[in-house]
Amino acid sequence: MARRRDPVDVVLVGFGWTASIIAQELTGEGLEILALERGEYRDTVPDFAVPHIQDELRYAVRKQIFEAPRRETLTFRNNRKQRALPMRHLGSFLPASGVGGAGVHWNGQAWRFLPQDFELRDFVEQRYGKSFIPEHMQLQNWGVTYDELEPHYDRFEYLCGISGQAGNIAGIRQPGGNPFEGPRQRDYPLPPLKRSASTVLFDKAAREAGMDSFPCPAANTSEAYLNPLGVQMGKCTYCGFCEWFGCGNYSKASPQTTILPVLLKKDNFHFRTHCNVVRINTDTSGRRATGVNYVDADDQTWEQPAEMVVLCAYAQHNVHLLLLSGIGKPYDPETGEGVVGRNYAYQITSSVDVFQKEILNPFMGAGALGQGVDNYNTGNFDHGPQGFIGGGYIALWNTGGRPILQHRLPKDAPQWGGGWKKAMRENYLTATSIATHGSVMSYRHNYLDLDPTWRDAYGNPLLRLTFDFQPNEHAMSNFLTDRATDIARAMHATSIHPKPRQGHYSIIPYQTTHNTGGTAMGDDPRTSFCNRYLQSWDVANLWVMGASVFPQNAGYNPTGTVGALTFWAAAAMKRYIRQPGPLVAVS
Amino acid sequence: MNKPRKPWIRLGVATALATSGSSCASMPIQSSSPQARRSPGSYVEVTLGRYLARAGDCQSCHTARGGIPWAGGRAVPTPFGVIYSTNITPDPATGIGDWSFEDFYRSMHEGVARGGRHLYPAFPYPWFTRLSRSDVRAIKVYLDTLKPVRQRNVPNELPWPLSMRSAMAVWNKLYFDAGAYQADPKQSAQWNRGAYLVRGAGHCGACHSSKNFAGATDMQHPFRGGMAEHAYAPDLTSSKRTGLGHWSVADIVEYLGTGSNDITSAAGPMAEVVKMSTQYLSTDDRRAIAVYLKSLPASRTQDEDASSSDNIDDAVMRAGKAVYVDDCQGCHMDEGKGIPGVFPPLRGSSAIVVEKPQTLIQAVLEGAQIPPTHAKPTGLTMPAFDRKLSNAEIADVLTFIRNSWGNHAGAVSEGAVGDMRDTLGNSPE
Repeated sequence: MARRRDPVDVVLVGFGWTASIIAQELTGEGLEILALERGEYRDTVPDFAVPHIQDELRYAVRKQIFEAPRRETLTFRNNRKQRALPMRHLGSFLPASGVGGAGVHWNGQAWRFLPQDFELRDFVEQRYGKSFIPEHMQLQNWGVTYDELEPHYDRFEYLCGISGQAGNIAGIRQPGGNPFEGPRQRDYPLPPLKRSASTVLFDKAAREAGMDSFPCPAANTSEAYLNPLGVQMGKCTYCGFCEWFGCGNYSKASPQTTILPVLLKKDNFHFRTHCNVVRINTDTSGRRATGVNYVDADDQTWEQPAEMVVLCAYAQHNVHLLLLSGIGKPYDPETGEGVVGRNYAYQITSSVDVFQKEILNPFMGAGALGQGVDNYNTGNFDHGPQGFIGGGYIALWNTGGRPILQHRLPKDAPQWGGGWKKAMRENYLTATSIATHGSVMSYRHNYLDLDPTWRDAYGNPLLRLTFDFQPNEHAMSNFLTDRATDIARAMHATSIHPKPRQGHYSIIPYQTTHNTGGTAMGDDPRTSFCNRYLQSWDVANLWVMGASVFPQNAGYNPTGTVGALTFWAAAAMKRYIRQPGPLVAVS
Repeated sequence: MNKPRKPWIRLGVATALATSGSSCASMPIQSSSPQARRSPGSYVEVTLGRYLARAGDCQSCHTARGGIPWAGGRAVPTPFGVIYSTNITPDPATGIGDWSFEDFYRSMHEGVARGGRHLYPAFPYPWFTRLSRSDVRAIKVYLDTLKPVRQRNVPNELPWPLSMRSAMAVWNKLYFDAGAYQADPKQSAQWNRGAYLVRGAGHCGACHSSKNFAGATDMQHPFRGGMAEHAYAPDLTSSKRTGLGHWSVADIVEYLGTGSNDITSAAGPMAEVVKMSTQYLSTDDRRAIAVYLKSLPASRTQDEDASSSDNIDDAVMRAGKAVYVDDCQGCHMDEGKGIPGVFPPLRGSSAIVVEKPQTLIQAVLEGAQIPPTHAKPTGLTMPAFDRKLSNAEIADVLTFIRNSWGNHAGAVSEGAVGDMRDTLGNSPE
């Protein structure tokens, strides 16, 4: 029997990026806000302090700051004919645990999606016709447009102190920036990061190959930065330990470095750690959330009543919680009906390793220190001759040169022993890699539901992931890999090694922590769980933040768009609290 | 949790200040009638009292670490033994709820508590005696508005004969000079206001001055730097190298109001002083303090300054530089440039070439946080290096920093680092 806590106005499930933004915005409205975080409290010092944080074995290999699969995981299969098995080791993606969420361990690659990404179905139908869309591809519009989101992208970028080079300010092309980007109201808050030797080579080669190269937008500060909340950030030292690490010198944007110093001082905000939310409670009508149940570190179950519930956990956890709580109609791939678990998508990536003659010093890096080209993203080229939908960026990221996982050897190098050591010595300083980062569309048979067999530490059914790459994605990714190879050739390398993504999706090798969908946003309650404001169609005081609202995934890293959508939803919540009810009428 | 200050409260403070400013210039002596003593106090007086209590940083000492605010119990280590601060909430049994204003005034003015019991000068009455009677009254009126807390005082840990409070009568005769601040008519009202705050409520000299064998401040030559608990409180006179000679009035105003400026940031006990006290002072008062401090003649001549550095062994400098590059340069940048306003510069900083390096050693061992203030809420924090660096490495890197890029100051010895480790209770592994 759950013991009952004092009610609050708003309970936030999770305390990462989206919860921090919502809390900062709604505490300003005078509401009493509580965040429930399953992990521990963490701050720059002592938890990410230099030089302890630069420990590749502890953090990158042994995965110190991520979700522990023994507590919560999911089961996986490629298709419905298979029996799903639990993921017992983290691999393909790395959900976080602890205050700050994945905002602590991301690289800081902070993109905006293209205007067409938000109206993808309309865009494809208008440019290529309905028949261009493959069978079972569930292409959807988002219900929100780029122009509507632009001010919210801007707020997130200025919160974080993004370093970058604008390509389009209010419709006017800016030299050196991404010529394809949607119009932005003003430049990035900070100039681009300093270039590395390898990004300079890439830049030259991409131009030679006829593409438009630009510095990628980075949530690693190129200069010290004071954000609009008055929070001071340092200046990136290019230590090369961003991805999978916390930042030790206040120069990677995270909740800790941008919001928490202000938020945690507010009297009307509280958080509790080691509190794992296991249910969203509703009243007898099922149309109103009354709060959540959570289990604390002593395995005590508590009921936390609240006037509003906002799901701010990682994408698949939001979906899991809704399925466990019986809110929204679970998706059924047989009939194509139902919305919870529908339109799960991911990211498809590939790379081309490049071995140069000149010394590149790869260890001087930053998570989002990169030079990119966007010529082959969503609407930036003609898909007609290619026959696929979607696209992605190609970039040379100089994230770092960590010894265990960030070295590259030519194809024919020995795998062990003296030969391996020799190859390492010869190549460590001169090798680099070009990455492609492709979109993944949503399909009828890629989805999330509850596993009939396996249960988690709390006795609840695990989430089950049924997912595979489809021919459209392979065609798109192969096309991107070929273009990346064109650039690699233009780098006049000693040798190159293209690594296309082939075959079935595997949950074992790390790819990206860009899991999307399952609670899509949209205009139609039959195909989306929440409306264009991220408010549940069925339960008006329940909101869902994060990438689970993406109807399909675009060819960019998701955090920039997650941040923009959160500010967009927070603005809607401010209207909602003055006049509670659905913000979009169901026709 | 700091509540956002509402504009109308600031207005109240401003009004109160205007009142107190004029009263301190003319120094009227007001008598308080018994009725007035028990009256709840006007809004203006309560606000003034709170302002002055903050200026005196009363709450910091009168609150145990992690304890109930104002209820006392904080251990104040002195060379003679540990003294515990007392409960000054208005609880009649354990606090000062049944003290009259005259009782309270006598404690502030003479260092004698209700019932004639002598107080120890860890309670800085040698400084508070300079407060005007009306200001002391406002503080008492404010303390009377606090929530009464029943919490018994902790007995001090002092050896005989110091444990006999009557010993303090002798001490007072030798070292204590009671009397409210007398304005210097040759100086401006601003200078006098600054002197009144620095030498009175602010009791800056209690830490920033040297003390004799009996623990008495050198009142003839105050503000030339002194030990404050484990830390060294630097020279506040206009000495060019180790004092405020290169600080502008604006630098001091920013430092006291926000916890940092382009030269350095508050560390050690001063971080708490900024957080709990000086950030609440009005800009006018911080400016008055700065004007007064800038008028203090340099404690050392430039020749004395220049001759005070040791000859440093090249091997020490090389070893120190290696540690610096590995562990410090990421934030403090090459050549100690720092990022002004963010990570404190080490080059040309008076805080680095201070006479005694204890504060620096403590910062390296334990880490340090720039105090989060209303103006600068971030609280940027330097990590602790106690487990990473040996005593010798810490000594080398501090010696290197204190003698590079134009800095020069005495070498830091391995033994001094070891002593600080012992004091802080963290032994090397």
